[in-house]
Amino acid sequence: MQSERRNAALRPQKGERLVFDASPVLNERPLHYCPGCHHGIAHRLVAEVLHELQVADKAILVASVGCSTFTYDYFNVDSVESPHGRACAVATGVRRARPEAVVFTYQGDGDMTAIGAAESLHAANRGEKITAVLINNTVYGMTGGQMSPTTLLGQKTTTTQAGRTMGNDGGPIHFAEILAQLGGVAYSCRCALDSVKHVREAKKALRRAFDVQIAGLGFGFIELLAGCPTNWHLDPIAANKRISEAMIPVFPLGVFKDAGQEGGGARHA
Amino acid sequence: MSRIVFLEERCKGCRLCVEACPAHILRPSGRFNRQGYEMMEMSDGKCTGCASCAAMCPDVAIRVFRQGAA
Repeated sequence: MQSERRNAALRPQKGERLVFDASPVLNERPLHYCPGCHHGIAHRLVAEVLHELQVADKAILVASVGCSTFTYDYFNVDSVESPHGRACAVATGVRRARPEAVVFTYQGDGDMTAIGAAESLHAANRGEKITAVLINNTVYGMTGGQMSPTTLLGQKTTTTQAGRTMGNDGGPIHFAEILAQLGGVAYSCRCALDSVKHVREAKKALRRAFDVQIAGLGFGFIELLAGCPTNWHLDPIAANKRISEAMIPVFPLGVFKDAGQEGGGARHA
Repeated sequence: MSRIVFLEERCKGCRLCVEACPAHILRPSGRFNRQGYEMMEMSDGKCTGCASCAAMCPDVAIRVFRQGAA
């Protein structure tokens, strides 16, 4: 009886229309991420973009290692799991073997900017026609909150217990800006997932990152600033606030390169 | 009136929807789902069907129905 009522509530009533539903590219399995984790928002945006571009049936996801390891559980697309950090190298092989496919990687900051920095930079420099989605939450999430290359100065992690210092650990790495300097990169931008406005902007940018691959212009890259309430020891709302107050001043949002546009210089959102 | 439906078994009680709602009509329900998370609910008030809550929901747990013609 209760489930019947529930199913009726999930159908549009007279005079109503469904304006927000899950993308068919995302399956119905509940996400395993912690409450308030922005991986879910990023998953939804990627799924919606693949659906809107009508490329889900020829998309190949290259999953990484970290919290995002189980990405392949949630997308209704073909996928390959890569060794830690090597998603862009695996994606290179996949794209070259299957030139008609739309290939994308989904990686965290520990995976892409630390252990996989060489593979990511060189795949980008070669102009591989793939799209890389980087989820930057400034810590190694799955392994227990250790320092990653994007950890902010002063941020306490399990491996920088007094806070990250410039002298000892160096400063946070700006991957979107670095990739924008490389000739093979067609699109490089940074967005955040902390507010409705930023999420909607991120979806447009994500679409562009896939567009450049489909148009054969080169490497598409998008960095998404995301929250990790568990390893920041904050509740989800405070974690969102930290993105806007502490992360965005260090990691400016904007498009750093767009091969399809005139100039292609930094344009801040 | 427009309305939203929570897929209650997907909700993890993070309250990002409560923060995102411009009409301030979402609140914790006091009820818990099978995973042990407190689910959110819509209180009295006018839902405009803006889908801000659904845009911020990390667990894709919200369906939005908007009243009126397309």
